[in-house]
Parts: sequence; C-alpha cells; structure tokens
Amino acid sequence: MKMTKYALAAVVAFSASSVAIADGHGNKKATDTSPAEDLAAYRAYFEKRHPDDGAGGKPDFSNGVYSILADARSQWENTEEFPPYEDMVAKGEEMWNTPFKNGKSYADCFGGDPAQRKNYPMWDDKRKMVVTMELAVNECREANGEKPLKYKKGDMTRLTAYMAYESRGQKVNVQIPNDDALAAYNNGKELYFGRRGQLNFSCASCHVQSSGTRVRGDTLSMGLGHGTGWPVYRQKWGDLGTLHRRLGGCMKQMRAKPFKAQGEELRNMEYFLTHMSNGMEFNGPSSRK
Amino acid sequence: MAKKSIKVRAKEKGGVVTVKALMNHPMETGLRKNKKTGKMFPAHFINEVTATIGGANAIHAYWSGGISKNPYLAFDAPGKKGDELTLSWTDNQGNSESATTKVK
Amino acid sequence: MNTDMKRRVFLKGSLAAGTVGVAVSAGLLAPQAVMAAWPKAEFEAKKMGDLGAASGDINVKAPDIAENGAVVPVTVSHSMNADSVAIYASANGTPLVAQFMGPGAQSEVSTRIKMGKTGDVIAVVKSGGKMHHAKKSVKVTIGGCGG
Repeated sequence: MKMTKYALAAVVAFSASSVAIADGHGNKKATDTSPAEDLAAYRAYFEKRHPDDGAGGKPDFSNGVYSILADARSQWENTEEFPPYEDMVAKGEEMWNTPFKNGKSYADCFGGDPAQRKNYPMWDDKRKMVVTMELAVNECREANGEKPLKYKKGDMTRLTAYMAYESRGQKVNVQIPNDDALAAYNNGKELYFGRRGQLNFSCASCHVQSSGTRVRGDTLSMGLGHGTGWPVYRQKWGDLGTLHRRLGGCMKQMRAKPFKAQGEELRNMEYFLTHMSNGMEFNGPSSRK
Repeated sequence: MAKKSIKVRAKEKGGVVTVKALMNHPMETGLRKNKKTGKMFPAHFINEVTATIGGANAIHAYWSGGISKNPYLAFDAPGKKGDELTLSWTDNQGNSESATTKVK
Repeated sequence: MNTDMKRRVFLKGSLAAGTVGVAVSAGLLAPQAVMAAWPKAEFEAKKMGDLGAASGDINVKAPDIAENGAVVPVTVSHSMNADSVAIYASANGTPLVAQFMGPGAQSEVSTRIKMGKTGDVIAVVKSGGKMHHAKKSVKVTIGGCGG
C-alpha cells in the first residue's frame, strides 16, 4: 500500500516535472518506479479522478472518453449499432484468407490464429526490440515475398481490425521480461511524460493531468485504456487508423514533429502505453468521434 | 467485395417487430461546396423510404438531405417471427434500392 | 408566427402532405406517383410548418451536446394516434428533415440528422387533424482535438 502511494506520487510528480525528465536533471526519473508500481499508480490515479461514468456507474476505461460522458456514450452506442468498421473487418478477413503469391498466408506466420492481439506488443529479445502487431504483419509479408503495407491507414488497418475483432475479450498482458525490455519501457515512459513541441506539452499534460477537461468542444480522454481499442475508426478520418497514426496526430496538435510510425520511439511508447492497460480487455476495432 | 447498400435487422418481441436499418448513401444536400472545383455538389439524397412486414405497410417516410450520410432508421411495427421484411428507398435522382430479411 | 409563414404553410405545406398521406396509406398510388408526391414545398421551406401545441405525450431523445453535428441521433416516441410524425431541426436552413407515416410511426422512430448549428430538434405529431409537438435543445460545437 505504501508502495502504491509512493508510485502514485511519482506518476503525478512525473507529469509535473517532465521537463526535468526530458533533460535528465530532475528529481524523478523514469527508472525510479517499476512497471508494476506505475501500473498500480496510474490505475489508482484515474479511478480516483473519474469515479463516475456519468450515469451513476463505474467507468469502463477501455471505452475512452465515452466511459465518463453518458451523453456522448449514448451517441457512440447508437453508432455501434451498425459499426462503421464492419465492412473493413470483413475486408481484413478476406485478406487473412487470401494466400500470398508463394501459396502461404498470414495463418502460416501466426500459427493459424488471427486472434493475436494478446501477444502484442512483445519484447523480442533476439533483436532487442519491441515488436508490434503491425510490424509482425509486415515481417510476415516480407518473409513471403510480399510488399509491406503502410503503417497508418489502408489495408494494414483492415487486417489488424479483423485480427483485433477476433481477439476481443482477450486480456492485455504486456510482459517486460528483462532489463533490456525495461529500458525500452522506460524510454516509452519518458517519451509519454516528456514535453515537446512548440506548445511544450507532453502526452500526460492532456491525458493524465487534464483528462476529463474540455478542449473547446471536446473532452480529453483518459490515458488509462488507451492501449485497448486499436485500430480505431474516427469520424474525423472517415476511416480506420492505427495507434501510431493517432499518436502522430496528437504530436502534430502539440506542434511537435511526429515520430515515424513503427519507429523505435513509437514502438517503445506503445509498449509503455499498452502495459498501462494490463488486465483490461482488448476491444478493438473501436469507433470514436 | 460488393458493399451491401442496405443493412437491415428485424427482431420480434410480443407482436412488435423492431427494425433497424443502415443505408449506404451520400445524402448530399446540394448546398455543400466541392473545395477543388468551387462548384456545389449536386443534391443527391434519399427522399423516400418504405418498408413492409409480411406484405403489409410498416412505415413510409419522406426525407430531405438533412438526414445524415449513410442514413440510419429504426422503428417498431406489428409483425411476427418469420415474416418477410422488405425495406426500399428511392432518391431524388431516381435511383432505388431494396433489401429483404426475415423477422427473427 | 407571422402571417407570411402561416400562408406558406397553408398554401404549400400541410395541404399537400395531408393529401399524399391519405392516398398512400389507402394504396391508391403507384410507386412512381408516390415519388413525385415528395412534399417539395414543405422540405424546401425556410421556416417550420405548423407546430401546434406542446404535448407531454411526445418525447424527443437527442443528445445535449452533439458529438458530430453531421450525425445527431434522434428518437421520437409518442403515445398518440398519429397520422404522421415530422422531425425538424430548427436552426437548419430548411428545417424539415423527415416525415414518417404508417404503423412504424405509431410508437417510436429513430434516425440520425444533420444540424448546422445549435438549435432545437422538434418532433411534430399530427393526430386527429391537429399538430402537437415536443422539442429538445442540442448544442453543436466545434471540436478541439477530436473533431
């Protein structure tokens, strides 16, 4: 219990003093708390900050901002009656079932099972890097003589929407098996809490410190559960996009140069962020405003 | 894969059939400007929808371009399990589509 | 309500809709004729038709704040014997959005409408030749991050 308290303080202090983290001269460093402490603190922070789902119940944080706004939630539930990504999941299934030119298929790379969400992101200790599901898809394609797919939108999101759909209900369980993996996790954590861009924002400025408050007509979503629902159909895009597409959009909004999709930075950030949803259920593909 | 232009579901409970449908249609009002050409997108919207359950009129609607793109319609009407539900639309350019499903 | 609006409604709107409604439910018109019967004047009117009196027997369900003004879910339910149910978006250039007739318009009907700006969603139920209405105010905002 004492540990949790300390860790919570650390997370909050973390976001407050994240400039210090970025330059390495602060009191709090990414390495100060363990992933387990971070997870407990992060969850406790959001559960305390948002005790209500807007209708007297407990929020289901895997549904983004709809978990706390009853009015928006009922509109979203109406949208989900005929999910806008339905045909895209069907397209992804078709891709999964269509053999490559060499006669093999995705099933050969993924042990015959499209329900792969629970396995990613994962630490690949041979290559000392985080492997995301999108990266694994392209590695599968390239190993079979196919061209890689684009990482932000298009066919990649169709296939991963199908894989996510088949994986619905699986528990997020990101493992950090050793010190090398921990270094990648800590790098992701630093990037999440570190300020950048002309507005000097961090991810946490909006989604930890200010979650639930308004930015003009929108309410900022909670960082807890940000790892569960990918890919997402956004009305703004009129299409599906990957987590890395969305993270890039956030970075543009803080007037920072977006990191490259599936580059080391965003893979490490995904590793951290998804770990923070450990124990929650994968529920992608999802739909958002 | 051909997109189904009408998705429709119908469920019966206590003699009342709840119908939910989603239609693929751009629903252009005729008041929206094409940013590339500077011209208005011509009006193109579903202006009439009808549905029958077991051959009997279930609903009849007139719409404007003020209905959202890819229109959604849900309503309750009398009927029973196994009845055939047919939902049809006609747009202002004379196109029409129709879909049929069994009431569950 | 000014006289100009009343005249418009009387001359073009209600009269035309009434006639068509009857003809269709009696099964007198072929589909082509029905299409031609789309009540153009009412749908192109810049003002709302006769709303009648406010009624507690009608319920309009719509969001307080629209997630997206282009997609505002609306559900109208009522306990009247309805000839027709009309949905208006008060602030739209042409406020009439939809008219529903037949058994499906008797209890509850849902759709999604476009709202150009903040205004009322008004449901008008025509029953026994008289209009009755209920409304719900919906805020349409401009997005920050999400929109």
